[in-house]
Parts: sequence; C-alpha cells; structure tokens
Amino acid sequence: MSLDAKIPDGPLAEKWDKHKFDLKLVNPANKRKFDVIVVGSGLAGASAAASLAELGYQVKCFCFQDSPRRAHSIAAQGGINAAKNYQNDGDSVYRLFYDTIKGGDFRAREANVYRLAQVSVNIIDQCVAQGVPFAREYGGLLANRSFGGAQVSRTFYARGQTGQQLLLGAYQALCRQIGLGTVQMYPRTEMLDLVVIDGHAKGIVVRNLTTGEISSHAADAVVLATGGYGNAFFLSTNAKGCNVTATWRAYRKGAFFANPCYTQIHPTCIPVSGEHQSKLTLMSESLRNDGRVWVPKRKEDCGKPPASIPESDRDYYLERKYPSYGNLAPRDISSRAAKEACDAGRGVGPGGLGVYLDFADAIKRLSESVIRERYGNLFDMYEKITGENAYQVPMRIYPAVHYAMGGSWVDYNLMSNLPGLFILGEANFSDHGANRLGASALMQGLGDGYFVLPYTIGNYFVTSKQPKPSASHAQFKQVEADVRAFTNRLLSIKGKRTATSLHRELGKLLWEKCGMARNEAGLKEALKRIPALREEFWKNLNVTGESGDLNQSLEYAGRVADFMEFAELLCVDALHRRESCGGHFREEFQTAEGEAQRDDEHFSYVAAWEYQGADKPPVLHKEPLVYEAVHMSTRSYK
Amino acid sequence: MNLTLKVWRQKNSNTPGRLETYQARNLIPDMSFLEMLDVVNEDIIGRGEEPIAFDSDCREGICGMCSLVINGVPHGGHRGTASCQLHLRHFKNGDTITVEPWRAKAFPIIKDLVTNRSAFDRIIQAGGFVSVNTGGTPDGNALPVPKTAADLAMDAAACIGCGACVAVCKNASAMLFVAAKVSHINLLPQGKAEKDQRVLQMVRQMDSEGFGNCTVTGSCEAVCPKEISLSFIAKMNRDYGAATLKGK
Repeated sequence: MSLDAKIPDGPLAEKWDKHKFDLKLVNPANKRKFDVIVVGSGLAGASAAASLAELGYQVKCFCFQDSPRRAHSIAAQGGINAAKNYQNDGDSVYRLFYDTIKGGDFRAREANVYRLAQVSVNIIDQCVAQGVPFAREYGGLLANRSFGGAQVSRTFYARGQTGQQLLLGAYQALCRQIGLGTVQMYPRTEMLDLVVIDGHAKGIVVRNLTTGEISSHAADAVVLATGGYGNAFFLSTNAKGCNVTATWRAYRKGAFFANPCYTQIHPTCIPVSGEHQSKLTLMSESLRNDGRVWVPKRKEDCGKPPASIPESDRDYYLERKYPSYGNLAPRDISSRAAKEACDAGRGVGPGGLGVYLDFADAIKRLSESVIRERYGNLFDMYEKITGENAYQVPMRIYPAVHYAMGGSWVDYNLMSNLPGLFILGEANFSDHGANRLGASALMQGLGDGYFVLPYTIGNYFVTSKQPKPSASHAQFKQVEADVRAFTNRLLSIKGKRTATSLHRELGKLLWEKCGMARNEAGLKEALKRIPALREEFWKNLNVTGESGDLNQSLEYAGRVADFMEFAELLCVDALHRRESCGGHFREEFQTAEGEAQRDDEHFSYVAAWEYQGADKPPVLHKEPLVYEAVHMSTRSYK
Repeated sequence: MNLTLKVWRQKNSNTPGRLETYQARNLIPDMSFLEMLDVVNEDIIGRGEEPIAFDSDCREGICGMCSLVINGVPHGGHRGTASCQLHLRHFKNGDTITVEPWRAKAFPIIKDLVTNRSAFDRIIQAGGFVSVNTGGTPDGNALPVPKTAADLAMDAAACIGCGACVAVCKNASAMLFVAAKVSHINLLPQGKAEKDQRVLQMVRQMDSEGFGNCTVTGSCEAVCPKEISLSFIAKMNRDYGAATLKGK
C-alpha cells in the first residue's frame, strides 16, 4: 500500500485555488442524498457538521458529553492566529506559513500548512460575523497580541477564553442546523467502532451512554473530529473524557496512524500537587507576553521566598539563552529549558519541579490594573488551584502534556487511506509537524471544518460512486457483536484494580520514558513494561455495575483499554525516530548546546503506521516530506 | 483530613433516590472537591459497589459539565467558582458535607448526581445564534464594534451553561442563562437583524421547557461561576418588551 498525499501540482501559493477548481462538485439538489456522520463536536466537528448541513448534506453528529458545547476546545485560553496584518507589522500569509513550518521543525506537509495560513483570514471573518466577541481597540477594530514562535502580533483573542468563544460560535451554528432539522444530534453517545465495507468507511457503532444501548449508524462518509491522545499520559491538560478511542479503533480497521511520538509538552502549567491529582491546568502562553521566567542561579536559594532573592542571583534563562525571542520562545524549547533547570537542581516549589513566572516587572511598568485587565481570569484560576496570589508572588509553573501533533494519517483532502473516512483537527497529523505553535490549534480546527472539508468531501462522493450503505448490512451486525463482546469482557474480569490505578501507572511510565526527553534504553524498557501492564489490565481490572445503564467506570475502562494499546505505538514511533525534532527529543541526538538535532537525510518523512493485528508489530509507511518553497534550516530562536 | 459525605444516590429517573453516608479519609487540602469524590469512588469500587456517578470533564471551570449542589448551594457557594475549582482547603477536618444533584423539573435526574440539561441546548436551537452560513462574510474589521459594547457582550458570553442559576432559583427559572445569550448576541451589531425574533423565540422555548418565572431574587447571580450579572435579565426584558410592542 503506497501513501499518496494527493498534493496538487503548481506553485505553492496557487495549489489550493487550483485544487478547489479541480474538485468535483455535487449538485445542490443532490446533496441531500448524502449522509455524513461527524464524531466529535469541538471546533473541528461542530464547524464541519454545521457547514456540511448548510450545504445541504444530511448530517448526524455524535458527542460523549451531555451537550456539544462541552467539547474540550472550550478550554483553549490564549487565542487564534490569522495572517490579517491588521497591526501593519509585516505579517502575511507567507510569514504565517513560514513561522508554522519552522515552528513545526520542518516535519509538517508544506502544502497543508500553506493552505492553513490562507484560510486563517477567512476564519476571523466568519467568527466575527457569528458574533464572537473578540477583544477590540477603542476605535472598534480587532485587537491582537503576540504568541510564542512569532515576531509579529497576529493572535486574535477573547480575554483568556478564546476557545470558549470560538466553540460557542461553532456550537451556535450547529444548533441553528439542529433547529432546522438538517443535523441530528446525539449527545452522551460514544463511538465504539468504525464499520468498513469493501474498503470504504460506511458507518459507526455507538453506545448510548445513558441507556447502554449499542446501535449502528450508516453513512456515505464518516468524519472523525475526536481530538488528541494526550490523556495516554494520565496527567495532561486535556479534559477527563478526552481519549484516543475513535482514531484508535479506526487504526485497528486499517486507518494509518502518523507520528504519534510528536506530543506537545506545554511549558506553563500549574505543577502537580500530589498523588491524588486528576488532571493538570494550563496557564495560557499569553502570560509570557508580560511574565518573566526564572529560577535561582544557586541551588541553595531554591527554598527561599522568591522576593528575598536579589535580581543578581536570578537566572532569566529564556532571555539569556534565546535573546531574540526571550520569554516567547516556542513551547518545545521553553519546556526543555525548564526541565534542564529543574534537573540541575534549581527548580522551585515542592519536589523542585517548578520554575517562576514573574509579573513583578510588568506590574511595575504597567500597573496591577492593566495586568488584571489582560489576564485577570488566569490569575483567579491560579489562585483557586494553588491558594496563592500571583499579583504578589510569582506563579510556579512546570511543563505538562498538552497537545497531540500526531494523529490519523490524512491526505491533502483530509481523507484517511481508508476511503470515506475523513479526520479533522487535533485528531489528524497534518499541519503542526513536530511542534505546534501557540494559537494554531484553534486555527486548524476551524480551518478544517469550515473551509477545507466542505470542499473536499463532495469530490469523494462524486468520484467514488459507492452504493448507499445500510445499517442492516451483515458487517454492521458483526461489529455490533464485537462491541458487545468487548463491553462484556471488561465487566466480567472482576479483578482487584480500578481503571484509574492502571491508567495512572501507564501514564507515569510514559511520562518517565517517553516524555520531555526520551532515549533508546528507556523506550525499550517501556516497550517491555507496557505489554505486561496491558496483561495486568485484562486480568485484574475491576469494573462494577452493568452495561445497560449509565456506567461511567465502564466508559472509562474502555478508553483506558485503548490507551494501553496506543501507548505501545507511541513508544515504537519514538524509538524508530533516531533524531530529535520539535516535541520529540531523543537525548542521543542533541547539539553541544543541548538543542534538538534533526537528521533530515534519514528522517524527513511522515511515519504512518499500519495495524497488523494484536501482538504483531505494525508496518511503517513513509511519506517523504518534500519542501518546494522553503529551505529546511536549523531552527534558531537565539 | 477526613470528611463525612452525605451523597444523593439514585439508580435512574424512575427509581426514588436517597442520601447515603460515606467516609472520605486521608484527604489533603490541595485536592479539588471532585478529586475527593474520585478518592471516595476508588474505595467504593474496591468494595465491589457502584461508584457515585457525577458529571465533569475539563475540571478547570470552563466546560460547564460539573454540577453539584454542595451543602445546599450549587457549586458550593464560593464566589465565581465551579464545583471542579472548589478545593478542600475551604473545609475543615471532620466536616459533614451534603452533595446533591441540580434539582429542577426541566433537568431530570439520569443517575445519582447526573442530570439531563438538554433543555438548554433546545433554547439555543430556538434562536441563540446569528443566521450566517459559512463563507462570504465581510472582513472582520469592516464593521467597527465599540469596545464597550464588545466588552459587555463578552461579559454575557462568558456563561458556561452549567445550570447553577436554575438549580439555585426557588422558581427553577432559566432567565439568567437565556438573558446571557440574548444579551451577548443582541449587544453586537452582528446580532441586530434578528434581535426581536431571537428574544421572542428563546423565551418561548424557555417557557415550554418548564422553567419557572423570574422574581428577581438575584440568587442566580450569586452562585454563577462566571458571575454573570443580573442586569442582563433587565436587558432581555427590555428587548422582549420592545419586540412585543412591535407586534413581532
């Protein structure tokens, strides 16, 4: 099986326009003859479901939460990038494209990233028209702020709740279509498997989480917009419910999984406070506009109150190491620098796992009220969790798992190698390479859903000429039976350990062996221990209750079962990639200064893994990354 | 620290529920309230019983999924705080805490502390949007929006749709939730075209869902985790009155 990314010919700047013209169209009157399933209702899912329904397709949308408005896109704080150049500071589509490619450490697909930068400007227009209350200047025009990895100010925001406001915009567009009857919404419903007939994705099998009922849904195309796999690490900034189940079960049905080792560790999260910790909370990257990151120069000062440490004894290490980007160095680089400081014994707070993010200078320069206006809700959130007032003492922060750059492999049309299966947003691998820049996830989710899929899906319908699927097909019955067997198996073990305790153990292992830094010995050890832990899971799991009822432990156990398998692929990918790039830092491959050392000669490809069956190693397919417009350089933020 | 919990347990919407007592042991003040429930649930599963069902997702106060009445007050009564952001440092060792679900006719209980809040979605479906399709929208800066209007709209838009306003209200009124969405959109120039229709349709849907009327006691504002102001209800009433007078 060869991987065809279907990148259009022609100059980079003209590819998308040309492709849009070349794509086959479905006549407006015929669109209602096509059914589309959208799984997930975050930025990508809600925007896709609403846009497809507006075009005339018959849409069913599924989410596991009680309402589509709860999807975890809602928690994104800082902002969304767009190449509007409203600030007259030299921004352009090409510059946003270049920053994103460079930020991704030259491991993203050039044509996709260029298209993303192109549609970024349409996203802002769309959201403004929907009534998203973006921050504005006194003259009434849109305000911007700066984010990591860029030297222009191109981030649009709505206080510290940009994700919430963009999601509510998409949710409201979706609600409008639900009200019009063009979208059927299925909340509290979880996709448990993909149904493939004659090589094409034809539907899904779901569990109604309230009644436990298992049912089949057939469609002409299936769209997964189910987010990332960060919760494999147990502790992450993801919501408790985030999981890899949809894309993992698609992988088991033949959809390739690409670059799982590219996991983003976000530098500014509230540190872990104890064994009970159920999740981690992010402090927006926007804080680094005004906060200065430091640790004491000397180990013996680490226990002292920060105010008592004089300026001359502080190490503002990001400003020292990366003077031209300073505190706004990209996420992977800032996270590693924090780890380095803590590993050297200069970390602060309990266990020495923290660095200061200090606003004292900004408050002196701008006043407390200006800082409150900019970041008030973040300071409040910090105080609720830690009990500390960050206007008076510096915040303590530490890196945490945040975002998955890897995901299901898709071509330029966002279609998987399985025809009829489309994958959007964080769930696909396509746009961020080995590291995502701040404020780019919202851009990608909405770009995919509003402005890419509505064009590409029609071409599939016209060119594939597939028969109308039916949920009564034998294949659906078979998959339903498999799903019931899986559920019953989880309930019948009746062992001694809860899914939480097993998940926590898996997460700890991944964080230690495949976290901010990885090495061959550690990854090999993890690859021995994960199958053993998976065996323990299937022998000693305890799930109480029954399947015909709301049963949260059963839902959770199913997700952990998938993480137990996925974790292995994550480590296999990390072990095979014998280079360091972006969020994937192999200790063996670094420069004398401790920066990531890429190996473009051997590794400038997308690693797409194909499932071969349980307990068989997956097969690696390589999609070479060809750069026509940019020159692959060593990333420098010094 | 140790706590005694009295938790509402109810198998499903057709079975009567009751308060059950649980001992929560070996807690630390840095735990969140929901992490404390996680600990209690681990014990319950260890005994082979069914854990307490409760809703939560983001656990950082923005998704609106968590919904606990703690000692009689939705979200526990700390200013601007959702249940998931409440930490045990606000309780004393040995305290007895009662935990119940949202209680309102329009939010039927599904199980234990989990309720069905789909009525809120249906209110948004009735008109809580601007009718624009994807594509063809004017440049974002084509229409300046005064900063004061944008800021006020954002104050209203901050609502997380948790339903605490309904749960605390003696009439189980949804006025604060509906007013927040009506105000958010109606305050912006983009929402002007459908201003009248929007408020009429959303209020009609609210009434048909079985929410009670507003007697302006202000308890909703007091428990709102996003501190949505009662003044938005006045704004909605004004919009509603104007739309009615126009005979829409």
